Amino acid sequence: MSISTLGAPARAESAPESLSVKKSRRRLPDLRRWISPLAIVALWQIACETGVLPPDKLSSPWTVLQAGIELAGTGELGDAFVVSTTRVGIGFGIGALIGIVLGIVAGLSRWGNYLVDPPVQMLRTLPFLGLIPLFILWFGIGEEPKIALVALGVAFPLYLNVHSGIRNVDDHLVEATTALGFTRTERLVHVVLPAALPNTLVGLRQSLGVAWLSLIVGEQVNASSGLGYLINNAREFLRTDVIVVGLVVYAALGLVTDAIVRLVERRALRWRAA
Amino acid sequence: MASSLTVEVRGLTKEFGDRAVLRELDLDIAPGEFVALLGRSGSGKSTLLKVLAGLDTAVTGEFTVDGQVSVAFQQPRLLPWRRVWRNVVLGLHPVVGRDVALKALDEVRLADHADAWPRTLSGGEAQRVSLARALVREPELLLLDEPFGALDALTRMAMHRLVETLWQQHKPAVLLVTHDVDEALLLADRVLVLDEGRIASEYILGHPRPRELSDHIDVRAQVLRDLGVNERATA
Repeated sequence: MSISTLGAPARAESAPESLSVKKSRRRLPDLRRWISPLAIVALWQIACETGVLPPDKLSSPWTVLQAGIELAGTGELGDAFVVSTTRVGIGFGIGALIGIVLGIVAGLSRWGNYLVDPPVQMLRTLPFLGLIPLFILWFGIGEEPKIALVALGVAFPLYLNVHSGIRNVDDHLVEATTALGFTRTERLVHVVLPAALPNTLVGLRQSLGVAWLSLIVGEQVNASSGLGYLINNAREFLRTDVIVVGLVVYAALGLVTDAIVRLVERRALRWRAA
Repeated sequence: MASSLTVEVRGLTKEFGDRAVLRELDLDIAPGEFVALLGRSGSGKSTLLKVLAGLDTAVTGEFTVDGQVSVAFQQPRLLPWRRVWRNVVLGLHPVVGRDVALKALDEVRLADHADAWPRTLSGGEAQRVSLARALVREPELLLLDEPFGALDALTRMAMHRLVETLWQQHKPAVLLVTHDVDEALLLADRVLVLDEGRIASEYILGHPRPRELSDHIDVRAQVLRDLGVNERATA
């Protein structure tokens, strides 16, 4: 985005105004938006109580809550949580490093772009979740294939966004700082990388979403620990309440990581229009 | 004698493919002199400015620029992720403090916007920050590349006065590239018309400042003719 508000002056007053609107909206959440979700949960509970939904198809919200408390109490849920989060953490770290480094190389250097971009673009079209059979052959059935799957899923969105962020840097800003005597390194640090940050953060959010998805798929296929194992194990005993607990934890983890990135975005991109 | 010039250009040629944008161009600018460079679109005036700014080195011929050079472009080109005062001291090595930036911003009457983000500024305000950023380096040569071209008429008039005042205080040599004849006649000591890659004509303006639009009405007609505008037909 550019800041060319020339000719038609964009007045400074508009910024604080929109800020205060946002704040007041946050202070007063619109309770009307809660009516239908709560009604759905209530209907679900009634359907279970009256036997319309048998417990071997879907447990009632109340049973799910009790199962969650019980699993948390025995430590089973906590252990599974730690195992799954560790897998995502390691896989994300590896994938993010690969994606960002390749994105910078391809974005900054012409030869980097020639050499790195074509294979990455080709691999990107592969449905990477379909690689599980190969990964099992390569890495066995331990932690490695799950971590590799997460890493692979994470690397692509970050690569694409870092790459395009760097490629789309405003040449005018680069030229202006060159005229101010900036060296190549200074331009990289003070112009190119900050300009690529908004795109990078978009890539970060996408890749975290993919990371959880990859983990869920990876853990469904084979696992002897973690949230996926908890869910698969529960299936054998028709414990739909435990399955739902596992799903809710997955969802919560996805939401929390997304919220963290949003927070980082708000802090790092304060200079942009709200 | 030659060493006392701020800008000395001899036989400068710039080609894009087989098309020469500047051909064998000569130009002298004395210290503290305000020179306006007029020309039609594509006459090479912005190219000349880029060469003098060191942004285009693929040229033949000789040129020397004595001392620090600063540029203000048509767009303010502020880094949107730096607050206003940090944009002002961007060109200073080593990085200097806020008080230097505030002093420069005070000169363009924007000291109270020091902590604002560039996106909150109006077009004229952003252009004033850009001027402050250029002047804070205490340049011997200030290159202005149509810096008022994108501003509305009222803001542009205020900017003309501001640039005149700042020039009188700091006394850098100025090369103002513009397509606005009146702007050139208001501000410059000397007006050059660029045509076919060379300086086609030159006018020395002696009227004391601040000037009115009518002060160089005779030169205006001539310059317009040089630029290929038949005033009677277009009026």
